[in-house]
Amino acid sequence: MANQVCFRNNHLENSWTLAAYQSSGGYEAVKKILSEKTSPEELIDEIKLSALRGRGGAGFPTGLKWSFMPRNAPGQKYIVCNSDEGEPGTCKDRDILRYNPHQLIEGMLIAGYCIGASAGYNYIRGEFWEPYSRFEVALEEARAAGLLGDNILDSGFDFQLHSHLGAGAYVCGEETALLNSIEGKKGQPRFKPPFPAGFGLYGRPTTINNTESLASIPVILSKGGQWFLDQGLPNAGGEKLFSVSGHVNRPGNYEVPMGTPFSELLEMAGGVRDGHQLKAVIPGGSSTPVVPGDQMMGINMDYDSIASAGSMLGAGSVIVMDETTCMPRVLARLAYFYYEESCGQCTPCREGTGWLSRVTQRIEDGNGAQADIDLLDSVAGNIEGNTICALGDAAAMPVRSFLKHYRDEFQHHIDHKQCMVTSDW
Amino acid sequence: MDTQKDQVTIELNDTRLEARQGQMLIEVADANGVSIPRFCYHKKLSVSANCRMCLVEVENAPKMLPACATPVTDGMKAWTKSPKAIAAQKSVMEFLLINHPLDCPVCDQGGECDLQEMALGYGGDTSRYTEGKRIIKEKDYGSLVSTEMSRCIHCTRCVRFGVEIAGIPEIGGTGRGDHMQIGTYVQKALSSELSGNIIDLCPVGALLSKPFLFSARSWELKSVPGVAPHDAVGSNIQIQTRNGKVMRVIPQENEAVNEIWISDRDRFSYLALDSEDRVTQPMVRNSDGQLVETDWQSALEAAVNGMKMVASTDGGGALGALASPSSTTEEFYLLQKLMRGLGSNSVDHRLRQQDFSGQSDQIAPQLGTTLQQIEQQNAVLIVGSDIQREQPLLSHRIRKAALSGAAVSTVNPDGIEFNFPLSGEVVTDQLTPALSAIARAMVDMGMGGDLSGLSALVADANVEPAHQAVAESLIGGEKAMVLMGEIAYRDQNQAVIYALTGAIASMSGATFSVLTEGANALGGLLAGAVPHRDTADATVDSVGMDVASMVDMAPKGLLLMGIEAESDLAAGPAAADAIRKSEFVVSLSTFADSVTMGKSDVILPLAAFTESSGTFVNAEGEWQSFGGAVAPKGEARPGWKILRVMGTMANLDGFDYNSSEDVLSEVRGLCDQAETEKWSWSALSDLGDASSCTVASTPIYQVDSLVRRSEPLQQTPLAHAGQATTGGAE
Repeated sequence: MANQVCFRNNHLENSWTLAAYQSSGGYEAVKKILSEKTSPEELIDEIKLSALRGRGGAGFPTGLKWSFMPRNAPGQKYIVCNSDEGEPGTCKDRDILRYNPHQLIEGMLIAGYCIGASAGYNYIRGEFWEPYSRFEVALEEARAAGLLGDNILDSGFDFQLHSHLGAGAYVCGEETALLNSIEGKKGQPRFKPPFPAGFGLYGRPTTINNTESLASIPVILSKGGQWFLDQGLPNAGGEKLFSVSGHVNRPGNYEVPMGTPFSELLEMAGGVRDGHQLKAVIPGGSSTPVVPGDQMMGINMDYDSIASAGSMLGAGSVIVMDETTCMPRVLARLAYFYYEESCGQCTPCREGTGWLSRVTQRIEDGNGAQADIDLLDSVAGNIEGNTICALGDAAAMPVRSFLKHYRDEFQHHIDHKQCMVTSDW
Repeated sequence: MDTQKDQVTIELNDTRLEARQGQMLIEVADANGVSIPRFCYHKKLSVSANCRMCLVEVENAPKMLPACATPVTDGMKAWTKSPKAIAAQKSVMEFLLINHPLDCPVCDQGGECDLQEMALGYGGDTSRYTEGKRIIKEKDYGSLVSTEMSRCIHCTRCVRFGVEIAGIPEIGGTGRGDHMQIGTYVQKALSSELSGNIIDLCPVGALLSKPFLFSARSWELKSVPGVAPHDAVGSNIQIQTRNGKVMRVIPQENEAVNEIWISDRDRFSYLALDSEDRVTQPMVRNSDGQLVETDWQSALEAAVNGMKMVASTDGGGALGALASPSSTTEEFYLLQKLMRGLGSNSVDHRLRQQDFSGQSDQIAPQLGTTLQQIEQQNAVLIVGSDIQREQPLLSHRIRKAALSGAAVSTVNPDGIEFNFPLSGEVVTDQLTPALSAIARAMVDMGMGGDLSGLSALVADANVEPAHQAVAESLIGGEKAMVLMGEIAYRDQNQAVIYALTGAIASMSGATFSVLTEGANALGGLLAGAVPHRDTADATVDSVGMDVASMVDMAPKGLLLMGIEAESDLAAGPAAADAIRKSEFVVSLSTFADSVTMGKSDVILPLAAFTESSGTFVNAEGEWQSFGGAVAPKGEARPGWKILRVMGTMANLDGFDYNSSEDVLSEVRGLCDQAETEKWSWSALSDLGDASSCTVASTPIYQVDSLVRRSEPLQQTPLAHAGQATTGGAE
């Protein structure tokens, strides 16, 4: 089975419209909840049962996260959707916003209801102009239909939802930098504690979920937590969107059950481009460790299986590389990305990402010294775990994994001042 | 709060320690003498956790945690020097150093640099970084702070200082990552009156004192404690000297007075000490009307003989003396003792005051509480004061109160803005009607007491909502204070305003605070350097001439101490004329202004604040003594010594002091005896006419002869803003 959760409506004509969404049972879940006044605890239990884990990359159980909110505490609380999909290799949330925006709105409504928030923000990546406009239209439709605003469907429940377009900083995908950005401050992560559930947007209790996580909620509640759990694995339920990119014949987003073998996913994407062999895969987005192709062919697309190969499922952004790929060149490009995107707030990341970028680039350029490989590994190790947010780790993990698996290619670059592979790109 | 429940026990480096729940690990470590390296953490600023230098190992934590942002919990175990912690700290140090220029030999911070110091413990002796270092063009922050931003380690202390302490967010970080720069974005000079403090906060040599730049190394300097001479806070300072010359002034921490801050005025006024117009030789006017340099003996003889001559021909009452309100208590005491010995009660230091009709009711204008207590107030009313420029660090305490929720309101002329939020504002040029209306609102709310002479004025007042709001906020404040500042104090109807302000404070149960100008006005009052009171509030047989009367009547003999008539007196040009009309003028002068040089018959060179021992009594009533940091310039002598010899030469009794401490113990003894019974402001009496005309406060960098001569202060935007928005008293 495939395309049963976030992409369940993509086959419909103009699937992004309210009419199309409602034709497939859209907004029924929230209507039922509001008319029956289902208790939030009951809903959260259902989500816990579904074993839905955060789709943004960290994989934290969504139901558990919601239960941390002081939902009965007085004062304003917020639900924030993280649609700042900036991880290189990821494009799944973009397609939810483009093809199924109402399901996200419904998910945020239910989330607001569960955590006691009467306002929500959807923070959309700055480059996503088309998805942003489409989401704005969907918001207008929902407001006009009385599905957003005060006293929704005469239930006494108020919920205001706004979208906020970012300005193009990768780091604003980090949840606390995202909150600062909404507040109009510089997009720099906050140190934790305090955590957003206690001190979030404008200092109020806030829950931040990924777009895909929130868009999965209406399906879970209409089909049941058990159904969702059954689609996936006992500790990670449901289907999950995978963005497959790189050297495949049919790059794109694929919604398949959690635990689907990588080989099947690769086949859905048309296999490695014709005439080439699989060399390496970055399974969860550019910040997750690279896995050699032959190893990857033996594992499944779920948290535990990928972890056993020393990497992470992340946001499910599968970057496929064939044998023509020069690994030092890939790493130089990735290191440059993190160097440019570091916010500059804390020392190891501000200084370290630049250092990594310069050393990887000089190896790529054929100017590397013998000591550089160990230097890179050591500098990456010194960044890892010592920063305010995970961007430092994200910059360090590719370096260490590339060196672990492809050290010979780096050595070749240093010894011979040229690539080990013949690249045709 | 349950203190038992609040208490937690932690283990730091395997030692059991008691701490408060929620305290940060670094605070507990600091309190127990465990040193943790840090750059961005500062006890007076918010936590930012960005330098990562204070990473320590905490049991069960998956990674190293920053001690500055890790709250302690019961049973927590942490290690600051475990192999893992040291490794993390060393790696952060390496990152900090890769782009730091390491130009310590040519950096002013060398020798007092946190980075240099920490690098000794945590840095390597060679660098693994072989790329080019980051270079950032220096930025022009104006005349006080010099920048070398390539040295910046982005700790953001200066940024947080601007937002949290100065209340003017002038500095920020622009750009991302490696490209991040600390700066003002659009180049501009800093405009805070506290801007110099970022020099002390900067842990590296990125922000330095511009006037001090390249003039000395920190280890060559000798530090002598002192007290800043420009306002009634009495900020504690360190005067740093080399070879008998003052090289710079930095703050001395005193939580009860100035915390760790000083104003730019306190920091940079020393630059006036070597002005070309310093008076360094005794001078006497010869028969041709020319001032000629002479020796001390001849000059003192000429001074004493001249004054005795006036006294013998016209009586002691024909003598008058004016002293700077920043004179020391010892100087005030000896000056009035000399004048009273010669038969005159005409001694005054209230140079910019205009209305003296209420002086007998105003026993000892002062804060009435401690500086620290200001922070605890729930309601504050500021009457006629540009407090932020008049008393910068007292204003900082009010700002703290305001930020923690106190309702601060003002009754002020238009155009005065503060760095803290106001809950109410009465904007007026007429303080009397506004204050009457507030008093009336209180009476209407049933708070009335005996208003005696003010009754009619208050009954006629027209209460508007703004007045009502001020009255309500004061009455509603559990701890409230009403603070009368310089603008009110100098008003032509000071007596009425003083009484009304006092009545408002009394009706609302608030502390009545009066802030006077100069560093030691309270000391002047206590020492008896006023025409209506002897030392320690003792009565006088006849009230002498106050400043205004002296300007009107031009006493035949005048003794001036530390005064530049045209700039220091409210009457300005009129005061200068009075001096010119006087028959015999003796000036104890630090600087040679035109009136002094043009008229004085004898000029005695007076030591500056760094060159004399003495005592200032601050607004709170705290007596703070200091010693001389350097020898007086040229032939200049401390004021107390000059006056002591003059007393002896005039054959007066009781001038046989061996040291300024002798003088101090005499005046202190008198005041201590008197204090308990009489030191309060008295009941209101009939006050008569109440038309009001407000005068402006003196611009921040015009208050005294030192700041007027400090070139870097004069080049700041604040010096010019003062001239633009507030006119002079004339």
